[in-house]
Amino acid sequence: MDTKSVQRVDTVTIRFAGDSGDGMQLTGNRFTSVTARVGNDLATLPDFPAEIRAPAGSLPGVSGFQLHFADHDILTPGDAPDVLVAMNPAALKTNVADLATDGTLIVNSDAFTKGNLKKAAYDANPLDDGSLDRLRLVQVPITTLTVGALEDHDVSSKDKQRAKNMFALGLMSWMYSRPTQPTEEWLRDKFARQSEIADANIAAFRAGWAFGETTELFAFSYEVHAAALPPGRYRQITGNQALSYGLIAAAQRAGLPLFLGSYPITPASDILHELARHKHFGVRTFQAEDEIAGVGAALGAAFAGNLAVTTTSGPGVALKGETIGLAVSVELPLLIVNIQRGGPSTGLPTKTEQSDLLQAMFGRNGEAPLPIVAAAAPGDCFDAALEAARLAIKYRTPVMLLSDGYLANGAEPWRLPQVDQLPDLAADVGFQTEPNHGDAFWPFQRDPDTLARPWAVPGTAGLEHRIGGLEKADGSGNISYDPDNHHHMTELRAAKIAGIAADIPPLELDLGWDGPQARRGAGSELGGRAEGTGPSGNGGMGHPDDPGQPRLLVLGWGSSYGPIRAAVRRARQRGARVARAHLRHLNPFPANTGEVLAGFDRVLVPEMNTGQLRLLLRAEYLVDARGYNQVRGQPFTSQELTEVIMAELAELAELAELGEEVPA
Amino acid sequence: MTTATRKDFASDQEVRWCPGCGDYAILANVQGVMPDLGTPRERIVFVSGIGCAARFPYYMNTFGFHSIHGRAPAIATGISATRSDLKVFVVTGDGDALSIGGNHLIHAMRRNANLTIIMFNNQIYGLTKGQYSPTSELGKVTKSTPFGSLDHPFNPVSLALGAEATFVARSLDNERAHLAEMVELAARHQGTSFIEVYQNCNIFNDGAFDAIRGNQANQIRLEHGQPIRFGADHEKGVALGRTGQLRIVDVARAGSEASAGQPGEDGREVVAEEDLLVHDAYRDDPGLAFMLSRLAHTPHGPTPVGLFRQVSRPVYGEQMQAQLDDAVARQGPGDLGALLAGRDTWTVE
Repeated sequence: MDTKSVQRVDTVTIRFAGDSGDGMQLTGNRFTSVTARVGNDLATLPDFPAEIRAPAGSLPGVSGFQLHFADHDILTPGDAPDVLVAMNPAALKTNVADLATDGTLIVNSDAFTKGNLKKAAYDANPLDDGSLDRLRLVQVPITTLTVGALEDHDVSSKDKQRAKNMFALGLMSWMYSRPTQPTEEWLRDKFARQSEIADANIAAFRAGWAFGETTELFAFSYEVHAAALPPGRYRQITGNQALSYGLIAAAQRAGLPLFLGSYPITPASDILHELARHKHFGVRTFQAEDEIAGVGAALGAAFAGNLAVTTTSGPGVALKGETIGLAVSVELPLLIVNIQRGGPSTGLPTKTEQSDLLQAMFGRNGEAPLPIVAAAAPGDCFDAALEAARLAIKYRTPVMLLSDGYLANGAEPWRLPQVDQLPDLAADVGFQTEPNHGDAFWPFQRDPDTLARPWAVPGTAGLEHRIGGLEKADGSGNISYDPDNHHHMTELRAAKIAGIAADIPPLELDLGWDGPQARRGAGSELGGRAEGTGPSGNGGMGHPDDPGQPRLLVLGWGSSYGPIRAAVRRARQRGARVARAHLRHLNPFPANTGEVLAGFDRVLVPEMNTGQLRLLLRAEYLVDARGYNQVRGQPFTSQELTEVIMAELAELAELAELGEEVPA
Repeated sequence: MTTATRKDFASDQEVRWCPGCGDYAILANVQGVMPDLGTPRERIVFVSGIGCAARFPYYMNTFGFHSIHGRAPAIATGISATRSDLKVFVVTGDGDALSIGGNHLIHAMRRNANLTIIMFNNQIYGLTKGQYSPTSELGKVTKSTPFGSLDHPFNPVSLALGAEATFVARSLDNERAHLAEMVELAARHQGTSFIEVYQNCNIFNDGAFDAIRGNQANQIRLEHGQPIRFGADHEKGVALGRTGQLRIVDVARAGSEASAGQPGEDGREVVAEEDLLVHDAYRDDPGLAFMLSRLAHTPHGPTPVGLFRQVSRPVYGEQMQAQLDDAVARQGPGDLGALLAGRDTWTVE
């Protein structure tokens, strides 16, 4: 038997696209899982419609899953797929433009019927009309081959057709030399109670593999070697999973029971689902009647002595605003998790955006400051949740934790933390047990260092007290309408939050040492677990007189972390001198932020909004920051950001030639 | 330990309701019931929303949370669901509970969260100075309805019964003994108890309940196991007609003109005492309680007060705790390291 040759490649991006009923998310997740197992670094981008089942074959019903994997560390789910698997004409139409110019297009030719072509608004069959000539088009009658392979299986013809995604998975597994055993085991497990279905799916999977091996359509297969990731034990994790685990870990490390009050909303619901499964950790989940009740119950639980959380997306935060303001006023620990999505209003529920930063900052009546922490990568959602919990508990304040749809559903390998090395939050809990003002208990008598007030939970004899949303007299907490007291309390609340700047890591500058450890290892840039070995930025400012000092700083926050790092890396590979920094704390900013920004001729702030961080930076530091702003429901590609960086650098160089005022 | 008294439950804060407000009597009454409950004050929590009634927690020397408009049942649910050792009260008004907070109220009741909800019904918005409320009578002329309100009012007892409340009662601010009895029964109930208290707002809606507040003869006192009778001389009662409707009747008495089968005073039917409806507050089927609540849609004539219905159903917080305990019994206490690792890991050397 002829064995085909295997070519080694270092990085591959593939995308599965089909009807939302075709099982593309599942196919993508399976491929991701085995890819993680073989040790590649990876990042994924699921992309699905808001409709659960849009009409079959229609353009709005297309569901996609993109996976980038490599033998080195990678930062994004990839810009342009090298391979697109399109299960029907609609999937082809909505995805083909993204395919790399010399990319491979594998289509299920069976699905290119007159009816399906019409639903996808094709006048002519694109497989025949030459429009796909720039690509390597491989037509595979996937449905026919799948049904044929299952001829002897005792399952319905519907189930046979449905197994075509496993055929596609088998074919791609062959093409990229993925092990088959884990997928077969997984299918056995998934259909443990329906062994015929398991058999059929495994047969379809094997048929796909065998087809790749034998057909002459493919000259060779590929292999991608394992990436050199920092040593440790890894798993694959999505952002919402990591965030859920971070909340459980925070509760355990604080020695508090965890309470989640939540109302289902895309793309945050998976956190509710995940936490509901872990009751043996003492986790209480409360699916409330609405968003307001979700946060209300959480605030009640905080008063009662729980680590209290509410999870939602932007529209839910809008509804919760009044209660968050109450939490600011009564100064109780509370986590508000916003998995951002496209807005305004219902917007783009399943697409990503980072346009709720100003809502997090200002979305309440009155002067109601609160800390804001943003996660940078799927695995980082774990550390971000711990950090948000730390601030909430220590400073007795609601904290806004921002993630987004891209992080929520995207997956990456995640190095398991050492549980006993996670931050110890128990010391910050410190429930009040004794009167603090002579024989009396004053609920608003503050800790002089943190300005946090005591947390005195019901059940503690002698500490009976009343709190509420009316203004309180400093110290005693009694209702006060005194003008000077109100001004003073407003300043105290602001000073408490501003003071957090002294309790968070400084903004770290990456001037060119872009080591692979930075993301999952060291994490010091993200204020996370410091355990890395390699360099991750030079840890501080370059010398301003150093002629090698970059003059352009690219500053990001949230999920643009990966694309910005990848783009800066590319630009440097092209010889560009460019600095990069990432803000994990958006309120307050790290104490050295202004100083860092002042060290550059130009600050570029790419954001998936119309310039929200830029607005804050300009207001805070009077810096003429430039924006690069796109709201397309998709993460930035590193390619587009690289071009923006190069253009900024070109402009700076031009200015330097023209003007004598520009510093060297 | 010395026995607690009413004073132990009064905070040091000056009470700031309008002089003559019905809230004073309710406050004194609730404070008076507290020692009888036997719950130490540190394990008592009063939660309120916004409105005149919502100032209540500030006057109780217990734990208290004066929150935001309408949200008290949600906040209180978070407290009671996580702390079954606490006795949690919600003090609310007709606007707070039935208008802006209607959703939270009905869901707290259907869940049977362990809460005692005392709703002061004055049929008006007091704190915002006199707009009509969800219990104001149709046609009510207020600042916001100069030509009369168009909104059909809620009957709070009917609403609570419809929302699956396991304890529903009604009382009046000035009926000291009756109110105390209802508050104590409600506080001892396991699950959500709901008491509607007719409360006079002497500033914006004075006399709204005069028909029954000043006239005990119009109070149809519901007592479990007793024929439902009322009137100055207990001469009237409630009977169930053959087609299933409740009606107010005269009770036949020996030596009186009124005898069964004859038309009595005002042309009312006369019914023998043994044919009167006997109140059954503990019946699982809420139908009877609902019918009683419809005897007076607004309190302008004979109106039932007392315990409409009390049934037993699992309590939300206890069920939640049971699920946690079951999970621990089944899986053992959570192991964070195992959770983080999941089922599928690999090692990079």
